[in-house]
Amino acid sequence: MTSERNTDIEIRLLIEAIYLKYSYDFRDYSGASIKRRILHALRQFDCRTVSALQERVLHDPGMFMQLLQYLTIPVSEMFRDPGHFLALREEVVPLLRTWPSLKIWIAGCSTGEEVYSMAILLREEGLLERTIIYATDINPHSLEKAKQGIYSMQNMQGYEENYRKAGGRRDFSEYYTSAYGNAIMDSSLRDNVTFADHSLATDSVFSETQLVSCRNVLIYFNKSLQDRAFGLFHESLCHRGFLVLGSKESVDFSAYSEQFEPLVKPERIFRKS
Amino acid sequence: MTGFDAVVIGASAGGVAALFTVLGSLPQGFAVPVLCVLHLPDDRHSQLAEVLQRKVQRPVLEARDKALIEPGLIYVAGPAYHLSVEQDFSLSLSQEEPVHFSRPAIDFLFTSAADAYRQRLLGVLLTGANEDGARGLAYIKKCGGRTVVQDPQDAQVALMPEAALALHSPDYILTLSGIGQLLGSLETSAC
Repeated sequence: MTSERNTDIEIRLLIEAIYLKYSYDFRDYSGASIKRRILHALRQFDCRTVSALQERVLHDPGMFMQLLQYLTIPVSEMFRDPGHFLALREEVVPLLRTWPSLKIWIAGCSTGEEVYSMAILLREEGLLERTIIYATDINPHSLEKAKQGIYSMQNMQGYEENYRKAGGRRDFSEYYTSAYGNAIMDSSLRDNVTFADHSLATDSVFSETQLVSCRNVLIYFNKSLQDRAFGLFHESLCHRGFLVLGSKESVDFSAYSEQFEPLVKPERIFRKS
Repeated sequence: MTGFDAVVIGASAGGVAALFTVLGSLPQGFAVPVLCVLHLPDDRHSQLAEVLQRKVQRPVLEARDKALIEPGLIYVAGPAYHLSVEQDFSLSLSQEEPVHFSRPAIDFLFTSAADAYRQRLLGVLLTGANEDGARGLAYIKKCGGRTVVQDPQDAQVALMPEAALALHSPDYILTLSGIGQLLGSLETSAC
């Protein structure tokens, strides 16, 4: 019982230390998941207590970078929730066409799967050339992977299936070349992509956008941090811009529920009202 | 028996029928919230809440991210996301790696609920062909809560209850109908 209490105290101290030292703010992340990830890291780093981990993290920035890989969750896939991308294609793209140029923000882009999915969809709809995509994340390693656009060949079959269900019109293999068990994404897909370090917890808006995609990021935030993120999206989006979320995320019950209206509710596509 | 603020239930293979029996036997006016993880295929639309609702008197909802846990309700985890309980007694979803090939994982619900409710939690592990839930149930006990394991002889698949029994000694080893009776008696003394 005492040791469990101690662990909870130590976790709060570690998160505070990370904020003070490295300016990464996990203080308003959902507690249950962050606790599991810290305890998982503890075992990987062979630390007996969270305090021991904190000492190493405070005194060794390299150690913090390693811990950051555990604190963020790089679980992603291309055309994840195909119905979502199908709805984007059918319901949102016709409206996006009405703007002469487009800016799209993919917030929490992780290792880039969402970015390439979006770029492929836009190319097939003839919109990629007039679009700038901002792909942001707090994890520099993830951003680096996203920029490289190299994924395991093993995943491609599943992605191909997602792509087809999402209304894909070509052969998915046209978008990558395979080498040494890897799929290397067509680099022209990211010609108009700017990858940048950005935190929804501490940074502010950097551009006006027509569409913000932030999928399976907000579930890791508590309500107040969710509201902060919704505030940034609302500020960034132009009049009648689009907000697209993960399959279990919604603006309902947030402080911004009145500021957005559902466009395709089951696919979590909202529009600034 | 002392009162509980929540009941958590985990099940896998054979779990739908087992949940029918356990949840179907809850008495009218049973106010303690019940949170369930049943292992599900990883597709997006689960009918579990609707299916259970047909046989259960009280409202059954699929757990929604950030929803506050309310008395009198039964929550079931949807597919493809882990379900946790936060310190403020709200629900949260996450997409960490599967545990024992399972997402939602019973261990994650049990462990996080134990952290939130501590000694005021009752954990119930039912039939299943998987070791998920055993560690979480032992953790509930460690945090001062009470634990129930379905009698492996009564379980459609004994592996899950046996894995739990190998890890800790629960407060009760009961048949499904015994678990229903226990939950009923718990409510009357909790008020």
